[in-house]
Amino acid sequence: MSGKPKLHYFNGRGRMEPIRWLLAAAGVEFEECFIEKKDDLLKLRKDGSLLFQQVPMVEIDGMKLAQTRAILNYIAGKYNLYGKDLKERALIDMYAEGMMDLNELLMSYPFQPADKKEQHLANALDKTTNRYFPVFEKVLKDHGQDFLVGNQFSKADVQLLEILLMAEEYKPDILAKFPLLQVIEQCCFGFVLQKFKARVSNIPTIKKFLQPGSQRKPLPEEKDVQKAWKIFH
Amino acid sequence: MAGKPKLYYFNGRGRMESIRWLLAAAGVEFEEVFLETREQYEKLLQGGSLMFQQVPMVEIDGMKMVQTKAILSYIAAKYNLYGKDLKERALIDMYVGGTDDLMMLILVFPFLSAEDKEKQLAVIVQRATSRYFPVYEKVLKDHGQNFLVGNNFSWADIHLLEAILMVEEKKSDVLSGFPQLQAFKKRISSIPTIKKFLEPGSQRKPVPDDKYVETVRRVLRMYYDIKAN
Repeated sequence: MSGKPKLHYFNGRGRMEPIRWLLAAAGVEFEECFIEKKDDLLKLRKDGSLLFQQVPMVEIDGMKLAQTRAILNYIAGKYNLYGKDLKERALIDMYAEGMMDLNELLMSYPFQPADKKEQHLANALDKTTNRYFPVFEKVLKDHGQDFLVGNQFSKADVQLLEILLMAEEYKPDILAKFPLLQVIEQCCFGFVLQKFKARVSNIPTIKKFLQPGSQRKPLPEEKDVQKAWKIFH
Repeated sequence: MAGKPKLYYFNGRGRMESIRWLLAAAGVEFEEVFLETREQYEKLLQGGSLMFQQVPMVEIDGMKMVQTKAILSYIAAKYNLYGKDLKERALIDMYVGGTDDLMMLILVFPFLSAEDKEKQLAVIVQRATSRYFPVYEKVLKDHGQNFLVGNNFSWADIHLLEAILMVEEKKSDVLSGFPQLQAFKKRISSIPTIKKFLEPGSQRKPVPDDKYVETVRRVLRMYYDIKAN
């Protein structure tokens, strides 16, 4: 079945959002089929459309692809966002996997029980500023190039931008706040990340995605959390 | 830096085991550095060897690779175990994603409270027999080939065998409803490199015991119980 890729998920970010980002960054138009109630999910399962009975699922190039990584890797490979050789792929994968871990932490925050929320967020922000952001800051600083890998726009850059914006939603000044370990890194640290963010946001396809009316999903509200809970439990 | 890949992890399965399987299946000799003390781990951290402060870490082809999936993908591609084109890659990624989700349920098992262990065991068996095994059974039945993807031995086959054996350790007759998987298990187990890996004396690690759990907790200072899914 040719035509636009078709995304099956509920109307929210979750695990589908990185896929939306990547398609948007590749300039690929896509359709969305929203799961609104449990019956929608059950129907998809019954049809045999969901390999492991789970979403995300993306219909693309005649396949019904499941598993977020499989989908992201396929899109990245198809649209030349996966580096030029094995070693660049390895770097992209390493960075992307780290970002996925961080994404999990941030993404799961709205779904935490009320009494665990505060601690969860504190932990997530701590890891953001102490474990993950410093790594990418260093990568950019070390090679002084515009993009994370191989001086070329890749899936790693798209995922980084998504994470930076998501972290800022929780803590607007998060890019400015870093541990003062070494005097030299101190001056360039936040500045390089901010500069990077401005640069990637200007690429035409990403710019379009960041504008209102695009298919980018907002932060989940309480009603979205309840809805998701009802569908998946 | 040429030479054998060097694996940094605890002396046990955990997240490194799939990497050991893949290297062994590809016929690649590797060395291992076992983390036994907190000091060793801190030394690795201070040396900047662990990109996100975590293990597994594998020194390979001049890189200090971290993130299990990244390492596995690199090895699979390097040794031609990743299909012949993008679509086969996608299938392999999908199948490996499933077996990975299944094995994750088992990976956390030793770190659960006694009460949660019992519940988790039921979940493992239920997911294996109703969500995951049926998928691979059907794939094999539908195309009637010896391997999961593209009529060629790949990472997906190795990963599935690993998952089958791990679930069997929890319930020895778990394959009883799956004739294709039984044949698959026999077939893949007899591939020379894998046969060797399954023999005593190989670098395959045993089922995690209390000593392993204690080491991990001590080195990572992880003294809380993991919550079951």
